[in-house]
Amino acid sequence: MAEKIGVYVCHCGSNIAGKVDVEEIAQWAGENLDDVAVSRDYKFMCSSLGQQMIEDDIKKEKLTRVVVGACSPHLHEKTFRRACSNAGMNPYLMDLTNIREHCSWVHKDRSLATEKARALISAAVQRVKHQEPLEPMYVDVNPATLVIGGGIAGLQATLELADAGYHVYLVERLPSIGGHMAQFDKTFPTLDCSACILTPKMSEAGQHENVTLLTYAELEEVSGSVGSFKVKIRQKSRCVDYDACTGCGICVEKCPRKVLDTEFEAGMGNRKAIYMPFPQAVPRVPVIDQDSCIWFERQKCRACEKLCPTDAIKFDQEDELIDIEVGNIIIATGWKPFDSKKIPQYGYGRLANVYTSMEFERLCNAAGPTNGKIVMRDGKTVPKSIAIVHCVGSRDDRHNPYCSGICCMAALKFGHLVLEKTDAEVYSFYIDMRTNQKNYEEFYQRLLGEGMRFVRGKVSEVTDAARMPTEQGKLIVQCEDTLIGRQQRYPVDMVILMGALEPQEDARELGLKCGISCSMEGWYTERHPKLDPVATMTDGVFVAGTCQGPKDIPASVAQGAAAAARVAGMITKGKVMIEPIVASINEQACSGCKICNNMCPYNAIEFIEETETSRVITALCKGCGTCVAACPAGVITGAHFNNKQIFAEIEGALWDALQPAAESSSQAETVPASAS
Amino acid sequence: MKYAYYPGCSLESGSAAYDKSVKAVIEQLGFGLDELDDWNCCGATEYFSQNELVATSVIARNLALVDDRHDQLVAPCAACFLNLKKTDKLLAEQPKIRGKVDQALAAGGLRYRPGRVQVRHLLDVLYTDIGEQAIKAKVVQPLTGLRVAPYYGCQIVRPLNGFDNPEYPMKLDEMFTWLGAEVVDYPVKAHCCGGHMTQISEENAFELIRRLLQSAADYRADLILCMCPMCQLNMDMYQGRVNNFFNTKFKLPIVYFTQMLGVALGIDMKKLGFGKELVAAEPVIRGKLEGQTAAATK
Ligand SMILES: Cc1cc2nc3c(=O)[nH]c(=O)nc-3n(C[C@H](O)[C@H](O)[C@H](O)COP(=O)(O)OP(=O)(O)OC[C@H]3O[C@@H](n4cnc5c(N)ncnc54)[C@H](O)[C@@H]3O)c2cc1C
Ligand code: SF4
Ligand code: SF4
Ligand code: SF4
Ligand code: SF4
Repeated sequence: MAEKIGVYVCHCGSNIAGKVDVEEIAQWAGENLDDVAVSRDYKFMCSSLGQQMIEDDIKKEKLTRVVVGACSPHLHEKTFRRACSNAGMNPYLMDLTNIREHCSWVHKDRSLATEKARALISAAVQRVKHQEPLEPMYVDVNPATLVIGGGIAGLQATLELADAGYHVYLVERLPSIGGHMAQFDKTFPTLDCSACILTPKMSEAGQHENVTLLTYAELEEVSGSVGSFKVKIRQKSRCVDYDACTGCGICVEKCPRKVLDTEFEAGMGNRKAIYMPFPQAVPRVPVIDQDSCIWFERQKCRACEKLCPTDAIKFDQEDELIDIEVGNIIIATGWKPFDSKKIPQYGYGRLANVYTSMEFERLCNAAGPTNGKIVMRDGKTVPKSIAIVHCVGSRDDRHNPYCSGICCMAALKFGHLVLEKTDAEVYSFYIDMRTNQKNYEEFYQRLLGEGMRFVRGKVSEVTDAARMPTEQGKLIVQCEDTLIGRQQRYPVDMVILMGALEPQEDARELGLKCGISCSMEGWYTERHPKLDPVATMTDGVFVAGTCQGPKDIPASVAQGAAAAARVAGMITKGKVMIEPIVASINEQACSGCKICNNMCPYNAIEFIEETETSRVITALCKGCGTCVAACPAGVITGAHFNNKQIFAEIEGALWDALQPAAESSSQAETVPASAS
Repeated sequence: MKYAYYPGCSLESGSAAYDKSVKAVIEQLGFGLDELDDWNCCGATEYFSQNELVATSVIARNLALVDDRHDQLVAPCAACFLNLKKTDKLLAEQPKIRGKVDQALAAGGLRYRPGRVQVRHLLDVLYTDIGEQAIKAKVVQPLTGLRVAPYYGCQIVRPLNGFDNPEYPMKLDEMFTWLGAEVVDYPVKAHCCGGHMTQISEENAFELIRRLLQSAADYRADLILCMCPMCQLNMDMYQGRVNNFFNTKFKLPIVYFTQMLGVALGIDMKKLGFGKELVAAEPVIRGKLEGQTAAATK
């Protein structure tokens, strides 16, 4: 029996109709393509009226197949599948072909774009005839969740879920949770003490009955899919027995080896070879840094071991691999600071009193290496003047094109702290002042009132080459003040570089393990930039905080909570639908060569010893098609993408080439006429 | 890669020391540079702003003279290098000018397709193509104990040069660490020397020159290394006048980097053109290097 196909071509306002002659295509399909019973165009197919139109046609015209020519399946495949099932049709008998992202948005010439859309519609019509009804599968959602990254975003997500009664594994690669916020003194714009608002959350996460804290640990590998991920975590060796240690700190106190702390103290202070990064660290279990410990260097010392009252020091402890199972994953791995040495003309690393913003955070911090006294590198001189350089590595096409969003505010915060603690003059060198969140502009106004000075212009260099006696011994900031249109030189004692927020070094790698992608710069890509900011293209994997793009603490917290809400929703629902688009092996014809077994990137193929044939584990298969192409006997079929469907689609796309010769040439000639 | 060589007018006259030392060094490194036949002036810094079309044509003639056997054109002078590089880019990007320049070249029986020849500064070739290993292997007189201040000037490091950081170049610094010298990382290494400003406003020019000498002296440099005849002339010939004008006492030899590279490679100083500079370099160099050898033999 011939199929009865309905074709629906969408205008998408002018998004598609602006470049494609939608009406003409709909009419053409109705008149020229076999088995097309109804063919219509409509302003917005995804509107409820558009969906209703499809549903009505299916019922009235007894349609057996539907083709929609509209936007990307990422956006509306679900919508149109739903419309079809509402009308009683199996949703997998619908094909959504993309004539927007793949056609109207990327082409300039209207008549060529129209021809491409025609080919796409024709391809879909041919393909849809061979589509088969499929039944989706449902899997249970494991109520446990993995949160990667224990910064403020990850902590928020963890606590929301744990408080709702669900188990969370929180994996943090440093010895303590807390993230960058733990390093700050005050937070803008309210100037609350950073530790005072952060540490309660840290200890709550540390003690929560629903939280398993895995610090000094990293994600090794992920398998499975939404609802039931299997995850391997590498617990790096601390050389300390986690359970035996009471956190007394004697080992740290007595360890004779001091090294520069480039992590927590940003190189401004020291720590011991065995250390907890800061006094409020969670957990209070130290870590031996094997690269600096005397025992690992030359088999001497072991002072910590001798003095530990609970015999917790274990030099021979090894990394441990921990297997866990979770239903969802939230990635909250944050940011890393820009390397200011990449802008050598600003002198960082060459001129002693040029600081990065993170160094200055530690310098200001009451718990920092100078107890919060703002002094120069000599450790005693209080600066009389400080220059703060904005946009270092941000908004600069040689480094990062984006605005880091938080550094104007952090510069204002620094200005306030300096004015409060010293008599120094503070200059901010900005390009634009970006203070567009709640109470941010007010904070800027406050600093104007407090006497911070603002120079609009991009600093060209920071130098110690004095030209005038007043510049002797100073750092000179050279900058064009664009408000007065003059090159100016500002001799100061100290310079702070407001470096960009950058994606973590391993962001791409971690994303790959979890099946999500990054932008060009390395920020994780959300499912939709406006409407779905914490979900990703991979079901069951969410992102929160600065790993998705630069943002401040309030926005990171909001995303952490949002991701938790999404996960909680999945858990409450209990089951998730799994696409039935999977491979299947015709076991009768399988020769048992095992070639497919190792090809599958998801380990979804098992070998049945009794029958000596391979079998696809449907719950693990993602329908990638690798095995389908690899099978030498050609006995693996990819549902929804079988050979018949794909060849029909190709034939459909080449509809004009497949016409008999005479007809096709006349066809080609009539095209411009019909398009006009 | 085969290298054609464009010495430029200055090397035939005022800066013969540069020419001499380039040739000596190239020979010592066993490396071929074939001088272009019948090359003409690059128009220096001024011609471009006088008449862009004529300037481009005059420079393009040099590019067109590079025969098929060569794919690189090496210039030791910063201004020549920039002009040649700029012209190649202009021809590639501006079809209007290119059409006219093509006509001008055709009148002389010449043709040039933009991008056919890669314009390189001598430093780039020595640093990148010959490289650390080969140069280090030939050092017989390490420059140990000598504090050199590499000076890049403002023309070599324009963003289009493509081989060093335009804001804060380091390649010459690195090369001299290979030779064992103490390299002075002073902040004004890419600031302008004033170019022809001495002819327009002496006072302004003197101030620009003073800044360079001052910074190098503050960082206790023994001498300044140059890569451009103009820079060398400004800092060397005008050093006395700068001293009179500002009542300073600078006595910094200004030498071409190839001269010092030659010393490190063990080439006789006579063959490197020393002695032509006004602030004598030889006594300083000999003093430092011999002091070093004496200390070593003690
Ligand atoms: C100088 C400066 C001052 C600032 N001041 C303020 C302020 O006053 N107010 C404000 O609102 N914002 C401020 N910010 C912005 C603030 O730092 C961020 O908004 C905040 O840190 C974002 O939190 P997060 O959890 O997303 O990331 P992070 O704080 O970076 O935390 C990420 C965590 O994930 C961990 N991690 C990373 N990769 C992995 C991995 N592969 N496996 C396991 N764990 C991993 C990290 O170790 C870290 O603990 C400031 C920023 C700067 C640069
Ligand atoms: S053995 Fe290592 S960690 Fe322990 S006290 Fe000695 S240096 Fe410190
Ligand atoms: S001395 Fe022992 S118990 Fe105390 S903090 Fe160190 S490892 Fe833990
Ligand atoms: S927030 Fe301000 S300092 Fe930071 S990149 Fe944007 S404009 Fe520059
Ligand atoms: S289609 Fe084949 S290779 Fe791909 S996930 Fe499924 S079983 Fe594995």
